[in-house]
Amino acid sequence: MTEKLLPAKVRLLPLLVLVIAVAVWYGLSLLHVFPQSAFPSPLEVAKGLGEEVQSGRLINDLVASLFRVTTGFMIAVAIGVPTGLWLGHHVRSRVALLPAINFFRSLSPLAWIPFAILWFGIGDLPAIFLIFMACYFPIVVATVSAVSSIPSIYFRVARDYRFSGIELLTKVTLPASAPQVITSLRVTAGLAWLVVVAAEMIAGRDGLGFAIWDARNGLRMDLLVAGMIVIGVIGVVIDRVLIRLTRIRSVRWGYER
Amino acid sequence: MSFGSVDVFCHLSLEISRGEFVAVVGPSGCGKTTLLNLLSGFLKPSSGSVHCSGRVRMVYQQDSLFPWQTAAQNIALGLRDLTSEAERERQLKGMLRLINLEEFAEHYPHQLSGGMRQRVELARALAGDTDILLLDEPFSSLDYLTRLRMRRELALMLDELPRTVVLVTHDIEEAAQLADRILVLSERPARICRELHVTARRPREPTHPEVVETVHHVLTELGLVAQDKVIIPRSVS
Repeated sequence: MTEKLLPAKVRLLPLLVLVIAVAVWYGLSLLHVFPQSAFPSPLEVAKGLGEEVQSGRLINDLVASLFRVTTGFMIAVAIGVPTGLWLGHHVRSRVALLPAINFFRSLSPLAWIPFAILWFGIGDLPAIFLIFMACYFPIVVATVSAVSSIPSIYFRVARDYRFSGIELLTKVTLPASAPQVITSLRVTAGLAWLVVVAAEMIAGRDGLGFAIWDARNGLRMDLLVAGMIVIGVIGVVIDRVLIRLTRIRSVRWGYER
Repeated sequence: MSFGSVDVFCHLSLEISRGEFVAVVGPSGCGKTTLLNLLSGFLKPSSGSVHCSGRVRMVYQQDSLFPWQTAAQNIALGLRDLTSEAERERQLKGMLRLINLEEFAEHYPHQLSGGMRQRVELARALAGDTDILLLDEPFSSLDYLTRLRMRRELALMLDELPRTVVLVTHDIEEAAQLADRILVLSERPARICRELHVTARRPREPTHPEVVETVHHVLTELGLVAQDKVIIPRSVS
């Protein structure tokens, strides 16, 4: 983490990039490279965003999407990490199950959308199901690989000091793989956020994905871009939140050497 | 003991009495670490038997502290079997004082120097009710001056907490400074080709006459001293 050593001014660089990006966008919209109806200007988008905030729809959609992502992701973590730890320890189960897990991991979660609707209808449940399907398998694979890269000396010491069973799993395997698992959670959370938008487009009555889809249907490209901006910003915020996990004292070792 | 078709030891017979400090030296790859693994029960002999009376702890060549635990938590691993919380706390404090790391109790291993980490490793292995301490080149990754200091500290720790010790090392001087008895192993299949006793009280200076004399004997045994002149080592590291 050499970023810490940089002067405070450097931290403002992302802001500069933002200003330049908006300026380029504004310039392009003034030049009419694309028809005005297909290329909303920053001003129109800002106005649209303001409307959405005032009507309360944006907050409503945001809360709906965040609720689905958090729930689906948490369930996937709560089941996926233990599955990974268990498979990491048991060679036979790993050999038996890993091909199946890789099979499901390779399926785009969007392929499940028809079933999600048939089984769970419209609303929160299908989206949560799709997020779970998107996150669970990558989390398992990442955890298995984190466990397999634990130096064997730790297990030897664990044996010397009589760790076994659940205690071995929670007090040795889990903390020893935690730094790598946390890194994979950051990646997977990004995936979850991608999926919720897609899921809500088809199986939603609200949420940011639905908002985008609704804007498209109403030919309101300004609202569509406003939705995109909110989605991107939340994606950054989610990663910022998860990066806090790497500051936990007992996992610092994994990032500092 | 053999791995596949490779015989590691042939007719190796060894008895170590309670409280004795035995050092094992010998050429690289002669099976010193295998000997420790047999003693710790990590390996089973392919023929013959190993009898150990007492609880065994090992200190390994590589860093083996749990990096996700503080120095204090790592040492507390050695006290896991104590049922009384207060007693654990008391002994932990005592160990930290013994290795002079009270201020670093809440530091994680990656925040400690190599010498400090090694002290924590020793404290972890010595903590609690153990009888036998197996040391597999515990100081090999330290610089010479730190190594000298660690030898002294180990000797003082053992004064405080007497244990039966088997030390495997490349460092002949270390063996002569620390051990009551030094076993010189031959090339594979290894047998004990020389046994030396050192009686001077610990901690011994590296320049103590008995230490110097013992080093000389071991070097001679390993073929590194010819006609009172030291020749360039061939097979010993």
